[in-house]
Amino acid sequence: METQIGCGANQLFKRVGTFLRKCLFRVLSVGEIPNHIAFILDGNRRYARKHNLAVEAGYRAGFVSLLSILKYCSEMGVKHVTIFAFSVDNFKRRPHEVQCVMDLMLEKMEVLLKEENVVKQYGVRICFIGSLKLLSEPIRIAAEKVTKATAKNTRTVIFICMAYSSGNEITHAVQHSCIDKLENHSQARKHAKTHDDVNECVEEHEKEGTTMVKLEDVEKHMCMRVAPDPDIIIRTSGENRLSNFLLWQTDSCVLYAPAALWPEIGLWHLVWAVINFQRYHSYLEKKRKQLILPQEQFFTPTISSDCCKQTLKR
Amino acid sequence: MLSSRVNIIIRNTIILSQVIINFCRSFSLQRVGVPPISGGKPSEEEGRRMDDDGVISVCGGSLEDFPATLQRELMPKHVAVIMDGNRRWAQQRGVPSSAGHKAGAESLRQLVELCSRWRIKVLTVFAFSFENWIRPKVEVEFMMQFLERLMKSELESFKRDNIRLSVIGDSSKLPKSLLEMIHEAEESTKQNSKLHLILAISYGGKYDIAQACKSIARQAKEGAIELEDITESLIEQELETKCTKYPCPDLLIRTSGELRVSNFLLWQLAYTEFYFEQKLWPDFGKDEFVEALTSFQQRQRRYGGLNT
Repeated sequence: METQIGCGANQLFKRVGTFLRKCLFRVLSVGEIPNHIAFILDGNRRYARKHNLAVEAGYRAGFVSLLSILKYCSEMGVKHVTIFAFSVDNFKRRPHEVQCVMDLMLEKMEVLLKEENVVKQYGVRICFIGSLKLLSEPIRIAAEKVTKATAKNTRTVIFICMAYSSGNEITHAVQHSCIDKLENHSQARKHAKTHDDVNECVEEHEKEGTTMVKLEDVEKHMCMRVAPDPDIIIRTSGENRLSNFLLWQTDSCVLYAPAALWPEIGLWHLVWAVINFQRYHSYLEKKRKQLILPQEQFFTPTISSDCCKQTLKR
Repeated sequence: MLSSRVNIIIRNTIILSQVIINFCRSFSLQRVGVPPISGGKPSEEEGRRMDDDGVISVCGGSLEDFPATLQRELMPKHVAVIMDGNRRWAQQRGVPSSAGHKAGAESLRQLVELCSRWRIKVLTVFAFSFENWIRPKVEVEFMMQFLERLMKSELESFKRDNIRLSVIGDSSKLPKSLLEMIHEAEESTKQNSKLHLILAISYGGKYDIAQACKSIARQAKEGAIELEDITESLIEQELETKCTKYPCPDLLIRTSGELRVSNFLLWQLAYTEFYFEQKLWPDFGKDEFVEALTSFQQRQRRYGGLNT
């Protein structure tokens, strides 16, 4: 009897909470809602230490927080969310910790595949960004299956950065820009007939910019070209650094570093970040329009590992 | 209709409360009594001299010792600064923005002195961004002339104090006289080794990466390197910060409460600790710098791995 009353009270509180949350989001939507929020999930291990728990428990608590934050973002109308799940540099951690994270990711991806309908109901599309070939085969296969299974969903796009680093991403883009330009250069030489024509042809191509590297050439080979630049980056646990995450993409985005550890992040941190963003949005938007360069078309990724396939020497 | 009006009122109340909180944090009485720069008198007992243009130069004067609250072994090797807030400082005082830039120059001088005394090896400052070219022509021209005069007035003290000056950025848009001044300053100080002051003028982080890529593409075209040789290390060697042994800042300070990096040193900031100061740049002095360094020294820098 008491359990039933308790359950009923819980349900009521949940509904009231959801209602109040929706009212809050309606208030926020008077201003601009960010199109893309990126999260650095920092503090899981410290949370575990703080509560005398094993490291795995810290990561699991972090996963629960992640689901809540994704739900709030979706309810608020944030179209793109990027999560820094695992950096290339994180491989330097203790093998046991690395294995914890990998096991947890595989477990959750398998749950996602089983509950495909729930994911479809929320309209969530999931893409994986990073040097996926550095991950084990089961995780790579699971990631490809999840990407394929959610490819048709359109409400919210979640980019999960795994084995990712900005240094890798930019190096990949530089390599491929050079490959393109070298190909253009050799095409220019092939079309020439005489020695004089070669130089003329190459000069003409250089004037048109087909053999010289420009900013747009580097931009179009970035793995994260499939999403607009983030409007806000939120890093928990009070650390004020980017840790090699989205360096190219965050040139003018708002940085927010609440002191809460990732498993402790709540709705109010997100709301505060959005309000901060709204205060600066009109100024930043004006600057962006003044500086606007020709924009590449965003396209739907099939398997995100393609963009970082090439082995990169460190 | 009524509910949307209520929403607007509630939202604006939240924003107003945030502004009030930020204002209370940044309000400081230290600089309220500072006299206006234009028409101010020379302050010779402080060892500073003001010329006819209102540019102040330091000529000696006593400096304070290393703060007891800081640890020498934890000092950053490379500090980067986004000097934001000169125009707002001038607006608050009802003076022209040129006065704000002059006050900002004074803050920069103090910071250079402190970095030099406290054995910081490199100081990089964001003097003029690639994006600043869209500002009104009058302001841009003033900035170019101001930077030229500043370099001219400080060159002798750089030579005397063993400070090396370098300038990074896209020089193609800079006026010829400024380019000549930069060349002279770089050449005459290149042997100096106590502090390396890097001025980022007409600089953008994305431009820096793109020009590195251009240089690498040219080397690949000439056969000097193979495509497989393009690594993170090679890219870092081609960035404009290759002029220093410590290209990546340990600490980035941005004043005026803005929480973004604004296209400054993007690649180089991978593991840089950020410190956002509420005060405007002309109000940034020794105390604020010590606070920033104290905060830096308390950080746990893991570089993605274990605790150091």
